[in-house]
Amino acid sequence: MFYREAGDFKTSYRDDSQTFPIKLDRWGYYAILAVAFLVVPFVIDSYWANAVLVPFLIYAIAAIGLNILTGYAGQVSLGTGGFMAVGAYSVYKLMVAFPGVPIVVHIVLAGAITAVVGMLFGLPSLRIKGFYLAVATLAAQFFLIWFFNKVPWFYNYSASGQINAPERTILGWAVTGPATTASAKYLMCLSFAVVLAWVARNLTRGSVGRKWMAIRDMDIAAEIIGVNPLRAKLSAFAVSSFFVGIAGALLFAVYLGAAEASEAFGINKSFLVLFMVIIGGLGSIFGSFAGAAFLVLLPVFLKNVLVAQFGWPTDLAAHIELMIVGALIVFFLIVEPHGLARLWALTKEKLRLWPFPH
Amino acid sequence: MEFLYAIEVMLNGLMAGVMYSLVALGFVLIYKASGVFNYAQGVMALFAAMTLVGIMEGRVPFAHLIDAAFGVHVSSFGWTVPAVVAILLTALVMIGLAILIEKLVLKHLVGQEPIILFMATIGLAWFLEGLGDVMWGADVKVLDVGLPQGISETVERVTYDWLGYGFFIDRLDIWAAMIAAALVAALVGFAQYTKQGRAMRAVADDHQAALSVGISLRFIWIMVWSIAGFVALVAGIMWGTKSGVQFSLSLIALKALPVLMLGGFTSIPGAIVGGLIIGMGEKLFEYFVGSLVGGATENWFAYVLALIFLVFRPQGLFGERIIERV
Repeated sequence: MFYREAGDFKTSYRDDSQTFPIKLDRWGYYAILAVAFLVVPFVIDSYWANAVLVPFLIYAIAAIGLNILTGYAGQVSLGTGGFMAVGAYSVYKLMVAFPGVPIVVHIVLAGAITAVVGMLFGLPSLRIKGFYLAVATLAAQFFLIWFFNKVPWFYNYSASGQINAPERTILGWAVTGPATTASAKYLMCLSFAVVLAWVARNLTRGSVGRKWMAIRDMDIAAEIIGVNPLRAKLSAFAVSSFFVGIAGALLFAVYLGAAEASEAFGINKSFLVLFMVIIGGLGSIFGSFAGAAFLVLLPVFLKNVLVAQFGWPTDLAAHIELMIVGALIVFFLIVEPHGLARLWALTKEKLRLWPFPH
Repeated sequence: MEFLYAIEVMLNGLMAGVMYSLVALGFVLIYKASGVFNYAQGVMALFAAMTLVGIMEGRVPFAHLIDAAFGVHVSSFGWTVPAVVAILLTALVMIGLAILIEKLVLKHLVGQEPIILFMATIGLAWFLEGLGDVMWGADVKVLDVGLPQGISETVERVTYDWLGYGFFIDRLDIWAAMIAAALVAALVGFAQYTKQGRAMRAVADDHQAALSVGISLRFIWIMVWSIAGFVALVAGIMWGTKSGVQFSLSLIALKALPVLMLGGFTSIPGAIVGGLIIGMGEKLFEYFVGSLVGGATENWFAYVLALIFLVFRPQGLFGERIIERV
């Protein structure tokens, strides 16, 4: 009734294979994008930017990255935190070494550096499978964090061992450093998130994505029908790490402004992003956004309800949050292994037929 | 003297390795019987140690929550429980936990892919961690069940007389090694000579076949998780006595993973040998190489060692070879 495709005719294959084949969907997304770009930046205040929107967008990018690796290519990784650190530290070194180059170039380059590192740690995936690989990626996580803590060159010999983002501007607007406004941070992260989500969506729809999914579903069969497992797995690691690296770069440069490897990119970050992917839905770009939104909003929500409303201590709220997230993971794995994305798809199916059940 | 010092480092590493093995044992048991890779084992050790301290000191569970929700300040019942009784009560709690896990989680996930089960146990780990903190508070707790601690003077004196160099070895480590040995012997005996143990091995071999000869899969799972809970309790007592009951205890689960990868997921001796290799290797590596690269290599050495090892022998030292046929 409300959500219909009546009168929405396709007359070419091109129309039929669009990302959003239903007109209502398509216009809905255009509307969301228009609001996000044209309305939100003018009404946003720094609480909304720092507590909700900016972390949501950054984690969404990271979740898309991990989803490409885990959801599409079937390689579980617990090294996301380490790869985010690679992105953060490479963007820091680039920003300091080449102050004249635009910041956007630095962030993309940081993603590229992370992609190389990710491929390096992805090499064992050719021999190791399943959770053996998951544990192997822990090696990346712990080694990289240790590396960034122990080699002073990475944090430019600063006394605190922290890295601080210097101020960089785009068209005269500060996007990093202390002078950055909430809307500048937001717009920066939004632009990256939209472009990267578009790239990811089209990569996964195309032949590369099909190869990843073939490897995920059954690697031996995929090899027989002519998918090169080496190239498929390594390209998944590279693309995934590229996304994760950009997320790390944005997290450090735009959002936090200062970071310390073991604080900001510890093993819990890896799990957090993995949970976003599971709750959102394995193998779905929309799911990455949904999962990121859910796990970013949940602590904010709990804090507002438990701490602000009931006056409970913050640490108790944090512990209850752990319990809820853990229980939700188990719940989703049992009830809906495809996560929020699948629930959303089911809702759409229902709405298309509403009020008639068949 | 250098050489003797290296031997001392190695011995201390072996002792640390025993501790890793204790956690790894819990993993192997559950993996063998149900094919579940239980990430929550380390948090179970933390939870067990927290519960033990809570019972021993007569703390009121959920004190913070009660305080926050009803404004009633309660912290302690005002009694203390002797260590032996508290250990028994904690073991009961772990059995209850095993039953709950089976009923609420495992039952619904039968037949899922191993990696889904693995992720479920990660969720379980977060839940248990939060639950432990809400129940008993997140402060660092001192655990003392009467195990001897401190440098063993006997060992120091004897080695000094023999070699002219006194070895420093913690008495707790020696006790931990003995308890671990006893625990392994008991587990092997249980698996070999009792009816339930044989049933457990049958389930590990083939779920379907075990079911068809009348073995209750659910009972075996509850039993195995209870045993794993008990092993976690022992590990929690050891680690808790050594370094206090605190969050970092759950991270030893992460250390147990490379131990398993070295030893093979399905082998009890593998868990022991893997633990000893990792414990010894990381102490020696820290001693010889760590000083050159800035130290704290213990953070990653185990993982990198396991990673390199796996590339050459993916099934681990004692693991079953995975043969794929098309």
